[in-house]
Amino acid sequence: MKLDRRGRRSLKAGAFMAFSYVSTVLALVALVAILASLLVEGVGGLNLAVFTQSTPPPGGEGGLANAIVGSLMLCAAAMVAAVVVGVLAGTWLAEYSCDSWYARVVRFVNDVLLSAPSILIGLFIYEVVVRPMGGFSGYAGALALALIATPVVTRTTEDVLKLQSRALRESGVALGSPLWTTIQKILWRAAGGGIVTGGLLAFARISGETAPLLFTSLNNQFFSLDMGRPIANLPVVIFNFALSAYEDWRRLAWVGALLIAVAVLAINVLVRVLAREPRRS
Amino acid sequence: MDPIFRAVCFSAATALLCALAGVMVSLVIGGWPAFAKFGLGFFTSESWNPVTEVYGAAGPIAGTLITSFLSLLIALPIAFGVAVFLTEFCPRVLRRPIGIAVELLAGIPSIVYGMWGLFVFAPVFAKYVQLPMVLAAPPGSVWEKLVAGVPNGANILTASIILAIMILPYMAATLRELFLTVPAKVRESAYGIGATPLEVVGAVTLPYVKRSAIGAVMLGLGRALGETMAVTFVIGNAHGFPTSLFSSGSTIASTIANEFAEATSEMHSAALIALGLVLFLITFTVLALARALLGHRQAV
Amino acid sequence: MNAQPAAEVFETYSEEVASGEVKLETRNLDFFYGKVQSLHGVTIPFARNSVTALIGPSGCGKSTLLRALNRIYALYPGQRADGQILLDGQDILDRGVDLTVLRSRIGMVFQQPTPFPMSIYDNVAFGVRLYERLSKAELNQRVEESLRRSALWDEVKDKLHASGLSLSGGQQQRLCVARTVAVRPEVLLLDEPASALDPISTAKLEETIVELKRDMAVVIVTHNLQQAARISDYAAFMYLGRLVEFAATARLFDTPRASRTADYITGRFG
Repeated sequence: MKLDRRGRRSLKAGAFMAFSYVSTVLALVALVAILASLLVEGVGGLNLAVFTQSTPPPGGEGGLANAIVGSLMLCAAAMVAAVVVGVLAGTWLAEYSCDSWYARVVRFVNDVLLSAPSILIGLFIYEVVVRPMGGFSGYAGALALALIATPVVTRTTEDVLKLQSRALRESGVALGSPLWTTIQKILWRAAGGGIVTGGLLAFARISGETAPLLFTSLNNQFFSLDMGRPIANLPVVIFNFALSAYEDWRRLAWVGALLIAVAVLAINVLVRVLAREPRRS
Repeated sequence: MDPIFRAVCFSAATALLCALAGVMVSLVIGGWPAFAKFGLGFFTSESWNPVTEVYGAAGPIAGTLITSFLSLLIALPIAFGVAVFLTEFCPRVLRRPIGIAVELLAGIPSIVYGMWGLFVFAPVFAKYVQLPMVLAAPPGSVWEKLVAGVPNGANILTASIILAIMILPYMAATLRELFLTVPAKVRESAYGIGATPLEVVGAVTLPYVKRSAIGAVMLGLGRALGETMAVTFVIGNAHGFPTSLFSSGSTIASTIANEFAEATSEMHSAALIALGLVLFLITFTVLALARALLGHRQAV
Repeated sequence: MNAQPAAEVFETYSEEVASGEVKLETRNLDFFYGKVQSLHGVTIPFARNSVTALIGPSGCGKSTLLRALNRIYALYPGQRADGQILLDGQDILDRGVDLTVLRSRIGMVFQQPTPFPMSIYDNVAFGVRLYERLSKAELNQRVEESLRRSALWDEVKDKLHASGLSLSGGQQQRLCVARTVAVRPEVLLLDEPASALDPISTAKLEETIVELKRDMAVVIVTHNLQQAARISDYAAFMYLGRLVEFAATARLFDTPRASRTADYITGRFG
């Protein structure tokens, strides 16, 4: 087919457009396929027992209650540590660091930790907590998750504090308020929404993390609230059950996957809704 | 009180530094026995035998690099296509919903991808893609070697595809954000002289964001390298150097995930931690490079 | 800032203010942003119970001077002041001066309104609570008094617990004024307070300022010459970090002694 210059350009433009359409369709198909599988396989196994009974032995009846509670406990504990350290670190970066070389190093390290392989975090906690303590525990697992969540909170806090105007900070100080009071009573409040968003995003991220828990909190077949010993959690349960040969275990794994996916999606939607809220009277 | 609060905040910031340093130090210390025993051979040896206590990292390292680069090869064009679609072709009404859909995809935890890969994708892939290809390959050809392998869907290629689907939404969202930083006026003037979208993207958008785009790609690569769950389910967990697209293999992360909790001896644990150190060094380099290209703003 | 030709003589014309009338004054004040000097030997008296306007083209140092007066620049390392700033005869640039006490005596309102993220009541009470232990009734009274003085009371008396952010721009700025006068400062510094406001809000703000001078010395930076003429008693014209002329406003505008002052006032340069 002989085409002149214009024809060739048209053809290329058309091909490009088709390519972008196809790519998007592929991506959406993938999303739909995954969500559909989750729904089909997961909803089928959903029943009250999932929330009231603990994980069963192979071939037995049971649910995911201990894993759900355990995951909530791990994530809550991790978030407490992550918010405390993250908000303080982000505050240092935004308010006290004056962009020194040290601040730049801290920011770099924070960015690396943000994207670092979570399994290495698990190994680290194993070496410094599990080994010395002599055993796996919920605390170790929470610590590993905290190490993953903190960089997210640090970054969001710094970003949102920097958005506040210099004049706001100076207004507080000009009234005679010491800097630390100005930060706590004025700047943190002004930035509050953004910090909450950061916390929610960090929570969503760690709720699905499996690798760091594999050798820190391990898993527990039974219902336990004791953070000093291995504690059940959804991701590790899913990991173990999915790779097993038992049909009912696999079904529970799908239910667990559905629960995590729903939780993460719900948090993301919540974050969007909060971000859109106009300032209230 | 002011100095106290300032010191508290400073300690929190320093704690981050200590964490990273701690990770590195603990990996070095923990993995040292393996390095000491096997030396440089650790990196080149393929054999991994907990029984005879011989460990070589070549297989997992190769698996990590191959799956990551393959997944990037698959995901990048599609992510690029999605980003272009959302900025150039998508009808205004659909822009927000599709953008949100892509971001939601990015939030799904990797273990879900792994499960889907294992139970849904792998069987379908094995039946409709792998098997026909194995059967169709002429005996003795290069092609046959490339597609050799047990057709159960648990292999390097499947793992790469699942990994690609995992990093796709993140890269698409980042590229789209980057494309949106090109000032509207610059794009409009390009369209104004009659350029087609392909030409606008090629001549205006891409050069504008070139540096950051490469950084974003490297960030995607960094994540692919460290990904555990999406890969462990479908890679087949064989320790040797992968010889074909369809051979089972392992990545550093999958090896550690599968074996660490039940490591049979001190040397076994040390070898796994040494693997972890290798992964750390690779991802650290990639992430540092990405950061250098992206600057602080985009590196999330 | 352009370098001046070395030969040009920089004359300063300064009227005297009776020493009993001086509340705050700078003597030979130099200011540095790092290595760059932006104020050179500035000597200005600020009289009590009056409004002094700092006028001059952009970059002349009027905001820098204002920010030296309550040492707000101390938040930023690398900025420093040399010379003397005397408040009731005491040098506030001394090392031992307690900055929080200083700022309770010298208040500042900024160019853009900065309501704190809390209720209107809490905004006004914020500064008071830092220094004084008042009973609920006393605090209520102080809040009302401050809001009245800023001409805001009637507009907000029924919604004291609404967020400060829910007010309009002009109201927010008056809230900032109320918040600042609630601690009963002796000096009030205003940095182009009306530049972000519409004419009606500006007029209300100017009324407030004239009211307030009954109890405090007011220093206002403004690039609006008509505003300076309207509300100030004294005016200081600055150029390139130096004081060119200081006099009673009426006389400065009517018969300026420095030619540069005349040029600025007549609009020959901005």
